[in-house]
Amino acid sequence: MKITEQEVRHIASLARLRLSDDEVEKLGEELGQIKEFVETLNEVDVSSVDATAYILDKQNVLREDELKPSFDRELILKNAPAKEAGCISVPKVVE
Amino acid sequence: MYEKYTMHEIANKIKEKEVSIKEVLEDVYARIDEVEPKVEAFVSLTREYAYNRAEELQKKLDAGEDIGALGGVPVAIKDNMCMKDTNTTCSSKMLENFVSPYDATVVKKLEQAGAIIIGKTNMDEFAMGSSTATSAFKNTKNPWNLECVPGGSSGGSAAAVASNMGYASLGSDTGGSIRQPAAYCGLVGLKPTYGLVSRFGLVAFGSSLDQIGPFTKNVYDSALMMNVLAGHDEMDTTSVEYTVPDYTKSVGDDVKGLKVGVPTSFFKEGLPEESLQIFNNSVEVLKKLGCEIVEVNLDYAKYALPTYYIIATAEASSNLARYDGIKYGYRAKDFEDLQDIYAKSRTEGFGEEVKRRIMLGTYVLSSGYYDAYYKRAGQVRSLIVNDFKKAFETVDVIALPTTTGAAFKFGEKQSNPIEMYLEDIFTVPVNVAGVPAISIQGGLDKNNMPIGLQFIANNFEEEKLFKVASAYENATDFHKAQANI
Amino acid sequence: MKGCVKFMSKYDEYEVIMGLEVHAELSTKTKIYCGCSTEFGADPNTHCCPICTGMPGVLPVLNKKVVEYAVKMGLATNCEIAKFSKQDRKNYFYPDLPKAYQTSQYDLPLCEHGYVEFMVGDTLKRVGITRIHIEEDAGKLIHDPYTGDTLVDFNRCGVPLIEIVSEPDIHSADEAIGYMQTLKSILEYLEICDCKMQEGSLRCDVNLSVRKKGETKFGTRTETKNLNSFKAIARSIEFEIKRQIDELEAGGEIYQETRRWDDDKGIGYAMRSKEDAHDYRYFPEPDLAPIVLSDEYVNNLKVNLPEMPVARKTRYINEFNLPEYDAEQITNSKYMADFFEKATAVCNNPKLVSNWIMSDISRILNEQEITITEAKFTAEQLGELISLIEKNVISSAIAKKVFEDMAVSGKNPKVIVEEKGLVQVTDEGAIREIVQKVLELNPQSVEDYLAGKEKAMGFLVGQTMKESRGKANPGIVNKLLKEELEKLK
Repeated sequence: MKITEQEVRHIASLARLRLSDDEVEKLGEELGQIKEFVETLNEVDVSSVDATAYILDKQNVLREDELKPSFDRELILKNAPAKEAGCISVPKVVE
Repeated sequence: MYEKYTMHEIANKIKEKEVSIKEVLEDVYARIDEVEPKVEAFVSLTREYAYNRAEELQKKLDAGEDIGALGGVPVAIKDNMCMKDTNTTCSSKMLENFVSPYDATVVKKLEQAGAIIIGKTNMDEFAMGSSTATSAFKNTKNPWNLECVPGGSSGGSAAAVASNMGYASLGSDTGGSIRQPAAYCGLVGLKPTYGLVSRFGLVAFGSSLDQIGPFTKNVYDSALMMNVLAGHDEMDTTSVEYTVPDYTKSVGDDVKGLKVGVPTSFFKEGLPEESLQIFNNSVEVLKKLGCEIVEVNLDYAKYALPTYYIIATAEASSNLARYDGIKYGYRAKDFEDLQDIYAKSRTEGFGEEVKRRIMLGTYVLSSGYYDAYYKRAGQVRSLIVNDFKKAFETVDVIALPTTTGAAFKFGEKQSNPIEMYLEDIFTVPVNVAGVPAISIQGGLDKNNMPIGLQFIANNFEEEKLFKVASAYENATDFHKAQANI
Repeated sequence: MKGCVKFMSKYDEYEVIMGLEVHAELSTKTKIYCGCSTEFGADPNTHCCPICTGMPGVLPVLNKKVVEYAVKMGLATNCEIAKFSKQDRKNYFYPDLPKAYQTSQYDLPLCEHGYVEFMVGDTLKRVGITRIHIEEDAGKLIHDPYTGDTLVDFNRCGVPLIEIVSEPDIHSADEAIGYMQTLKSILEYLEICDCKMQEGSLRCDVNLSVRKKGETKFGTRTETKNLNSFKAIARSIEFEIKRQIDELEAGGEIYQETRRWDDDKGIGYAMRSKEDAHDYRYFPEPDLAPIVLSDEYVNNLKVNLPEMPVARKTRYINEFNLPEYDAEQITNSKYMADFFEKATAVCNNPKLVSNWIMSDISRILNEQEITITEAKFTAEQLGELISLIEKNVISSAIAKKVFEDMAVSGKNPKVIVEEKGLVQVTDEGAIREIVQKVLELNPQSVEDYLAGKEKAMGFLVGQTMKESRGKANPGIVNKLLKEELEKLK
């Protein structure tokens, strides 16, 4: 079952992807197929099963509140596409 | 020149000073210069770093110091592992120019063991794929047949070792990304227990599924690599505090009486006749070795693939959200405002398969769908975990084909995503359950292409894998077959 | 006048319903998931590492103190502490959020179902606490006036926060302020947050709706985000109440929206960016293990909780005989209460210390627009100052002058007294000389006094004090004046 155009566009906007009309059409088709495929899980009775959220049998993995040296700013900003005054620069954020 | 030697053999020759580290390194780079244009296994080479390391290590060796278990051995790593001051691209346009400011824990461990990293290998973009063909940069070829894919997503790491460009390599395995290319390239590939090898510095795809593991030419080298890679890392809270044994001690152990489970009902459907025959032959070998073959049921294993595609894509949609054109990575050239940067950078920076999976992952987490998909997948995951737990109450290891057949040709199995995803059907249950598995060369098909044989063990029972895999290796000649390139 | 009555009644017909989401930055040394410093005010992007800037491949490790502090806050606000808790990812894109998800807690927070109580006027008010959870702070966006661009500083990324979510139990700006004040004082007493609102370490979002009295259905609510002073909280609430009622009265509609408050202009406005209708796609953080707390752990924190404001207030009333109002004012702030106790330990006169705090100290802090911790003078110095009065070294009047100096210079009171020669004169011979001089110079007053005009005495005392530049002991002045005047009778 195809996923509707409206839904594909909504998901794309949540994921910050921009799709052409053709891509919307194609992805609607493909995602629909995958959706049908993953919905085979509906055959499984899970009524009395807890979901595995964390695969390991571990808990409370904590560290002490101890300072570690930070990185040089140069290294932190090395890969930034645009920088200014020791900061990363982006177009004006509108609130 | 030295390619006839295995990893531990060359390590010994270096230690005994029969060869210098530089000679071994030059030999490998010469091989790369010769073969790489045909195979295209690497995204980048780290020659300068490697030669500096070689010199440094040789000095230490000459001064009588211990240079580690892998002292002077050239190895390659998948390009999704961060290495300080070198590019880490994940074979994506998105990270084409990203230079890591830090080292992954496995990189540090390799360095501590004296290994020399010679380059970073090609992969499916962000490890999403089974052919390495979703790489934004190049198609890596299968050294056994250049018309075939090497498998994926760690195809570059597999192809490099299979064509003697390095004595071993690291891959990462989220749904089969080490075992499937190992099978396609006739190598030994290990997916360790989730939590045994630190993921710190491994660019995340599916955080609850990802594990780093080695490609080697034989089981002993795989065990030796695990001696180096395994162990607790305080930087990774999913890394387990576990006393790492000397895995090489399990290699060559007697397997008489070892109970090997075979989940026939799980794999017999959809397995081509030839592959089934090869697998049955493998079972016969195990019987001859004195293994006890037991039929096991993995009732929920058939649901592992849909479970995997929900969990892996959901986690990926979140893990890959950070590639937004703001702080590093690709930023679109023309943009009008902030939202434009986000959408254009991500749309232009990611390839088709990555976008498809981000879309699916976003969909299954979106409002109103969480319970139906993500939560249910987590519940089925619990059932699959339990399946394996129960199976390992009665058997020591489970044997299974790694793939449905040998490496396919470029362009095949890419007509629709589901067909491609079905490639992972025998490898994915292992990641969903978190257990370890090894793929070794099980046989050759009629075209003389390698076919993988997979063994799965319970959590932290890698020793049993090395034991049974090495026994099989000793009893057969398949691993001696080499890619002719 | 009639119009005015109608105007008033319009607002009286409505009931206001508010819930507050308070964010408090925890005063740990390091960030929640990495070892970078949380210190405020460093150069941009210098307290950063690959982990807190969301580089590819990094993993978080939870800071132990963050759990401890959050549980303490839960215990101090009567919450149930979860035996099993986990962290979740909240996914959204924003330039100050480098991972594009905030690690927070969704359905299993550390603390739930608590409450706090406080006085609003003469009534005891109880506000329910829905939950307290841990999460990471985001970075800071700075507007660059030269280029018009926005600059991103990641220093604050990963500073640990607790979010305290109240029940919709708050019905006025006064109640909101009382609630906020109470949380602030608890946070201070626990020493888990520095509560510097101007630096953003304590801030709140106000969810507000109105409905006609008697209605059972809630009105549509708006959320005003990031209020970082008591004044801004109060003013933005008043503004929003008026706006919503005016809108409804004009036949308009209230939209569920996120709003900002411009404290300089005194107006609130709706944010232009729509955050995808808040589809945060929460899911359990696979990189972090669950938090499982034993009864032993929780009990241990519980028995070691410091004295809370209410207990301290009661103790001040019983132990030091302070009036209830004074005790409440002083104990509102832990720093002020600590100041009170330190000063009292030096001079052993709680009543006088309290008086000083309630009058001169409060005044000077207001004038200087600072808190007690930022004051130049110390509690020990105030104690010494009071001791000087008690030992008759200086008079109360001189003490006030000395205090003014202390508040500016931070010098010890003894030093000021010595430097300025303010030691009280108790030498009767010296004072008698001054008295005799004053009587000589004011024959008219002497005459008046002798004629029975008692008032003249006051004038003569004043003149004597003035002549001594305030240093003469007033008791001795009185005694000697009487003696000398007696002689003239």
